Amino acid sequence: MNTMSTSPLILAVVLPLIAAVTQILLTGHSRAQRAATVVFSALVMATGVWLLLAVRGGGPLFVDFGGWDAPVGIRFQADMLSAVMVAVTGLIAFCGAVHSFAEVPHGQERRGFHSLFFFLIFGVTGAFLTADLFNLYVWFEVMLLASFVLLALGGGRKAIEGAVKYVTLNIAASLVFLVGIGVVYGSLGTLNFEDIAQRIAAGGGEGGAGVRAAAVLLMLAFGVKAGLFPLYAWLPSSYHTPSHTVSAVFAGLLTKVGVYSLFRVMGTAFASEADFLMPLLFWVSLLTMVIGGVGAACQVHTRRILSFHIISQIGYMTFALSLGTVEALAAGIFFVIFNIFAKTNLFFAASVIDRIGGGENLKHTGGLYRTAPWLSVLFLISALGLAGIPPLSGFWGKFALIRETLVLGHGFGAFVLLATGMITLFSMTKIWAEAFWKEPPEGEAIEKRPVGPAHVVPMVVLAAGTVVLGLYPEPFFEIFRTAAEQILQTPTMP
Amino acid sequence: MDQPPMEMYVAGMIALVFGAAFWPLLARRRADLAGWFSAAVPAGMFFWLLGQVPEAGQGVFASWSADWVPAMGVGIDFLLDGPGLLLSLLVTGIGALILIYGGCYLKGSPQAAPFFCFIHLFMLAMLGVACSDHFIVFFVFWELTSVASYLLIGLGHAQIEARKAALRALVVTGAGGLALLAGLILLGEASGTYRFSELQAQGGAIVEHAKFLPILVLVLLGTFTKSAQFPFHFWLPGAMAAPTPVSAYLHSATMVKAGVFLLAKLYPVFGQTEEWRTTLMIFGSLTMLLGSLLALAQTDLKRLLAYSTMSALGTLVLLLGLGTTLAVEAAMVFLVVHALYKAALFMAAGVVDKATGTRDITRLSGLGAPLPLLAVAAVLAAFSMSGLPPFIGFIGKELLYEAQVSASSYAMLITFAGFAASAVNVAVAFKVGVAPFRRRGEVPKINPKARQLSLLAGPMLLALAGTLAGLFPDLLGRNLLAAAVSDVVGEPVEVKLKLWHGFNMVLALSMVTVAVGWALYAKRERIRPLIVILLERFPARANEIFDAGLQRVLARSEKVTLAIQHGNLRGYIVMMLLSLAALLFVAVFSGGGLGEMEAGPLRMVPVGVGILIMAAAVAAVRSNGRLSAMLAFGVVGFGVAMLYALFGAPDLALTQVLVEALTLGLFAFVLRRMPLIRNHSSKRRRRVDFAVAAAAGAAVTLAMLAALGTKQPPPVSDEMVRMSVPDAYGRNIVNVILVDFRAMDTLGEICVLAIAALGVAGLLLGFGTHNRQADVAVATPIYRAAVSWIVPLLIFISVVILLRGHNEPGGGFIGGLLGAAGLVLWRLTRGESVRRPTWWSPLLIGGGLAAAVLSMVPSLLARAPFMQGQWFGEVWLPLAGKVKFGSTFIFDVGVFLVVVGVTQLVLARVLQSSEIDVSKSLGRRS
Repeated sequence: MNTMSTSPLILAVVLPLIAAVTQILLTGHSRAQRAATVVFSALVMATGVWLLLAVRGGGPLFVDFGGWDAPVGIRFQADMLSAVMVAVTGLIAFCGAVHSFAEVPHGQERRGFHSLFFFLIFGVTGAFLTADLFNLYVWFEVMLLASFVLLALGGGRKAIEGAVKYVTLNIAASLVFLVGIGVVYGSLGTLNFEDIAQRIAAGGGEGGAGVRAAAVLLMLAFGVKAGLFPLYAWLPSSYHTPSHTVSAVFAGLLTKVGVYSLFRVMGTAFASEADFLMPLLFWVSLLTMVIGGVGAACQVHTRRILSFHIISQIGYMTFALSLGTVEALAAGIFFVIFNIFAKTNLFFAASVIDRIGGGENLKHTGGLYRTAPWLSVLFLISALGLAGIPPLSGFWGKFALIRETLVLGHGFGAFVLLATGMITLFSMTKIWAEAFWKEPPEGEAIEKRPVGPAHVVPMVVLAAGTVVLGLYPEPFFEIFRTAAEQILQTPTMP
Repeated sequence: MDQPPMEMYVAGMIALVFGAAFWPLLARRRADLAGWFSAAVPAGMFFWLLGQVPEAGQGVFASWSADWVPAMGVGIDFLLDGPGLLLSLLVTGIGALILIYGGCYLKGSPQAAPFFCFIHLFMLAMLGVACSDHFIVFFVFWELTSVASYLLIGLGHAQIEARKAALRALVVTGAGGLALLAGLILLGEASGTYRFSELQAQGGAIVEHAKFLPILVLVLLGTFTKSAQFPFHFWLPGAMAAPTPVSAYLHSATMVKAGVFLLAKLYPVFGQTEEWRTTLMIFGSLTMLLGSLLALAQTDLKRLLAYSTMSALGTLVLLLGLGTTLAVEAAMVFLVVHALYKAALFMAAGVVDKATGTRDITRLSGLGAPLPLLAVAAVLAAFSMSGLPPFIGFIGKELLYEAQVSASSYAMLITFAGFAASAVNVAVAFKVGVAPFRRRGEVPKINPKARQLSLLAGPMLLALAGTLAGLFPDLLGRNLLAAAVSDVVGEPVEVKLKLWHGFNMVLALSMVTVAVGWALYAKRERIRPLIVILLERFPARANEIFDAGLQRVLARSEKVTLAIQHGNLRGYIVMMLLSLAALLFVAVFSGGGLGEMEAGPLRMVPVGVGILIMAAAVAAVRSNGRLSAMLAFGVVGFGVAMLYALFGAPDLALTQVLVEALTLGLFAFVLRRMPLIRNHSSKRRRRVDFAVAAAAGAAVTLAMLAALGTKQPPPVSDEMVRMSVPDAYGRNIVNVILVDFRAMDTLGEICVLAIAALGVAGLLLGFGTHNRQADVAVATPIYRAAVSWIVPLLIFISVVILLRGHNEPGGGFIGGLLGAAGLVLWRLTRGESVRRPTWWSPLLIGGGLAAAVLSMVPSLLARAPFMQGQWFGEVWLPLAGKVKFGSTFIFDVGVFLVVVGVTQLVLARVLQSSEIDVSKSLGRRS
C-alpha cells in the first residue's frame, strides 16, 4: 500500500505519543510545556481532520504494523466511524489543552499533567483505530492509567477517594475484558475483528457457547467503560472531583470509547450473536437512560448533574446499536458526536460557573444571567442541544432515533426515549434556573475568580460546532450513515 | 396558475434573526426607540401579507422550498395557505404593535434587552409554524415557540414564582411537544408523507390505518398542552408572571393559538371521525367552562384575562370538534376576533398597571378622566369581547351560537355551555375594559409615563380594527377567512359575514347573554366570594398537583439513585460480579453448553502447583497481618510463574518471577506506611462475598471450558511460529511477538509503565518536605561488599539478555527488570542519594519511549510498510552469539530503558515519601 495515502492514519497514531514523550522531556519547563501542548493538540486536531477527509474521499484506510498482514500482525483501520471519532478527539484535545491553561494549577503541571494528557489522547486514538481485540485492551490500559493519574493529580481526600473507586472498578472491567480476550482466542484462535467474524461465519455462523461467552464478557467490560446500568458506579463517583479540564475531557471522550467499542465489536466482530445480545442491550439501554436521567434530576451539584447525564445519554447510543439497523446506528453515531460537543462544553461552562457564579453547589449559586450574559448564551446552546431542542444538534439524533424506533414498532422504547428527553430538559433547566436566573442567596457574597480567553475560546468553538451540526446536519449525517453501513456490513478482509 | 413567491416572507424571517441579535443592543439604552425601529420588519411583512390576501382568496398560495436535510427526508417547504396566512397576519400585525408597546413598557428595565432578543426569536418561530408544510420543520418552529415562551415568562427571573411558572410552562408544553413529535412521525410513516399539504390531499384515508388511534392521541396531546386545554391548562395563568407585552402577545393572541392552528391543519384528515369529535367536544367544553368559572373568582386584571383566554381556547377546540363547515367558519372568525380584543385589553391592562401600580380590579376606578384615549380603546375592545353590535365580536358570537345550535349531537348541551361561557365573557369584558375607567370615588394619581403614544397606539389600533371589521365584515370575510375556512374544510367555501342576520333565535340568545353577563358584572362583589368558596371545595388544584407530583418524582429519584449509587465500593464490585456470573451462565447454556473436550493426561506437578496457588490465595484473604498477606500473594505470583515454566514458556516465567521480586521489594518499603488490616465486615457479609466470588469464579471457569470445547480453526500463533525465523529473523518467538509481530501492544504497554511511573512520581511529589534524615539505606559492610560485585554482574547480564533476546529467552523487558533490580540493590547502599529522585530516571523513560518512536523511522525512510523491521546486519557478540540487528532492536532498547527508568523513579519516590511520612509523624516541619 502506498505510504503516502496511509500517512494521516499513521500520523494520527504516532503524533500523540511524540507529544507525550516531548512533554516528559520538557518536564520542569512550564512555559515550553504549555506552548508544546497547544502546538501538539492543534496538530492532533489537524491530523484528525486530514484523516477524516482522506477516508471520506478515498474510503477506509488501513495499516498492518510491521508489514505483518492481519491477523498475524496488528491492523489499524480507519473506516468512517474511526476517522470521525479521531477527528472529534483531536478537537476535544485542542479545546481541553486551551482550557487547561486557565484551570490546571501549576502544581499539577509539575506533576506531569501535560504528558499524561497526551498519553490519554494517545490511548483514545489508538482505541478508535485498532482492529485487534488485544490491542484494544492495551489502549484501554493506557487510557485507564492515564485517566486515573489525572483524576488523582489534584490530591485531596475527595479526589483520591473518587480515583480509587474509578480505578478499582475499571481494573475489574479490564480483567473481564482480558478473560474475554482469552476466551475469544481459545475459541477462535484470532484477535482481529474481521477475522473473528469470518471465522464464526466459516464455522456455520454459530460460534457455540465459547463465542457467546466471549461476547458476553466483552459486552460486560465495554458496558462498564461506557457506563451502562448497573455498571456505571465509577462515573458519578469520580467525575466531579478533578480539575475542570480533566472532567470535561473525560466527559467528552472516555465513555464514548466504551460506546465505540460496543459499536465496533458487537456490530462487526460478534454480529452473529446479535440475536442473543441485542435484546439484552435494548432493555439495559432503556434502564440506563431512565436511571441516569433521574439521577441527574435529583442532584444539586453542577458536575454531578452533568455526570449522571452522561450515563443517561449513553443509553441512547447503545439503544441505537441494539436496534441493529443502519438508520438507527447512524442516529446513534450522531448522538455520540454531538454529545461529545455538548457535554464537554457543559463541563467547561461548569468551570466558569464555579469561578464567577458562586461555586458548584447550586444552592449557593446565582445571578449569572445578569452578570454573564455571554455565558448564558453558551450554556443554553449546549444545554438545549443536549435536551434535543430543535434546531440544535441534539434534535436530529433524537428525531432519527425515535423515527427508527417507531418504524421498527418499539412503541415503549420510543416512549422511554421521549420521557428521558423530558427529564434531560428538566435537569438542564435546574442548572439554568439556579445558577443563572436565581439571584445568589442573601448574605452570601460571591467570590469571583478571573475568567479568561482560555475559558471562552473552547466554549465558543464547541458551541459553534453544536449550532453548525444542528443547522446544517446534512453532510454529517451522510458521513454517519456511511459509518453505520461500514460497521454493519458483512466483513471481508481487504 | 403559478404560485407567487414568498421570498419577502423568508427575508423577513431572516431579518428577525438578525433583529434578535441586534435590537437588544439598542434596547439596553433606548428600549422605546428599539421598539419603533424594530417594528418596521413585522409591519412590512404584515403589509406584504395583506397583499397576498386577494390571491389567497382565489386559492393561490405563496410557497418557497429549500433543501435542508435530504438524508433524513427533511426539506424546508413553506406554504402560506389560508390558515397560515391568517396566523401570520396576526403574528406580524400584533407583533409590530407589541414591539412598539413593549419597548416603551420596558424602557429602562434590565428586562428590555432580553425581551427584544426572545420576542424576535418567538416571532420567527411563530411565522415558521404558520407556513411550514413539512412536519419536522413545523415541529422545529413549534418547539422554538415553547423555548421562547419559557425564556419570556422567566424575564422576571429574580422571583421564584416566575421561575416556577416558566418551568411549568416548559414542562407541560415540552412534554406535549415530544408527544407531538412521536405523533407526527407515526403520521408521516403511516401516510407515507411528511407534508401537510399532501396529507390533506389524502383526505381521511389515514383513519383506516392501524395506528390511527395512537397518532390521534399523541397529536392531540401536543395541541392540547400548547393551547392550554384541560387538564393541561394550569400553566397559562402562571405564565402571567411574564411582563404584560409578553402575555398580550404569546399567551393570548398567538402562541396559544398554535395548538388550535394545528388542529385546523389536521381537520381535513381527522375531522370527521367520531374519536376526534368526541374528544374535542369534551375537552373543549370542559376547558371553556372551567376557564369561565375560574375567571369569575379573579381580581387581578391579567389573571382575569388569562382565564378568559383559556375559556376562549376551549371554545375554539370545541368548534373544531363539531365537524360542520359552519363551526369551522365560526372558529376562524372567533380566532381573529379574540386575538384583536384580547391583545388590546391585555395592553390596556398593562397601561393601567403602569399608571397606578396595581392590577387589582377592586382598587381601580376613575381612570377614564386621566387616560381618556386608553378608556376609549378599552371600552371598544370590551364591547367587541361582549359581542355587542356593531363590533366584530358580535359577528363572532352570532356565528358561534349558530354553530352550537346546529351541532349534530348534544346541541342543547353545547349551546347551553357556550351560553354560560359567553355570559361570563361579557362580565369579564366589563370588569377589565369598563370598570377601571368608571368613576366611583376619587380620581387616582397616575404615573404620567402611562400616557405615552407608544403605549396607547397598540390598544387603540387593535380596538379600531375590531370596530372597522365589525362595520365592514366583508373585508375580512371575503378573501382571508374564506381561504382559511376552505383550506380547513377541504372544499371552496364562501364566507359571507353580516352584522345583521334578522330576528331569530341566535339574536335572542345574544341579547340574553349580554343581559346575564351584565348582571354577573353588576353583582360581581357578591358573586366572587361565592365562586371562591366553591373553588375551595374543589378537591385539588392542578398547579399544586403538578408541583407536588414533581416533588414526589424527585424524591423517588433520589431514593432510586441512592440505592444504586450508594457509595460503597464493595457493593459496586458485587454488582459487577453478579452481572458477570448471571450473564455467563445464561450465555454458555443458551449457546449450546460445553462442547466435547479432549482431556489430556493428568500431570501431577501442575495440579500440585495449582493447589498451592489456591491455598496461598485463601491464606492471603484470611491473613490478619500485612506481612503474611503480602507473602501469600508472593506465593501466588511465583506459583503462576512455575505454571508458565511447566507449560514451556520460559520467557513468561522469567518475567513473572522478576516482577514478583520487584513487587515484593517495593512492598517492603511501603509496608510500614500501610494501615493494619482490620476486619470491617461481618461474618454474614463475608459469606455473601464468598458466594458471589465463587459464583463469578465458576462462571469464568465455565466460559473457559466452553472456549476449550469450541472446535477452533488453527490459531494465528501457528502462523507466527512458522514465520518467526524465516521472516522475522528471531528464534525467541515471544520476543519476536513483543518487538515485531505485535510491537504495537508493547508500545502501548511501555506507555502504561511510563504513565504509572509518572503517576507515582507526580502523586508523591512535594506533598511534604524532604529535610528528614532517615537512614533507609541498608548499609552493612557485608551487603556493601556483596553488592559491589553483584550489581555490575546483574547489569552486565541484563545487557546480554537484551542483546540476545531475539533468539534466546530474554529481551528488553526481562533485561530491563534485571538491570533495574541491580540498580535498586546498588542504590540501597547509598544512604543519602537514594531518596533524591534522580534526574535521569524521567530521562530514561522519555528516552526509551523516544527510542521506540525512532525505531519507526527506518521503515519510513525505506518506504517500507510502517514499522516493518529493517535489518542492518549480523554481529557476533560474546555470550549472545550471532545477533542480527535491526530496527526492532532499537525498539527493544526502548523497552529496556523504559523499564529501568520506571523502576528507578518509582523506587526513589516511594522511599522519599515513606521518609516524609516519618517526618510528619514526628511533628517536624520546616
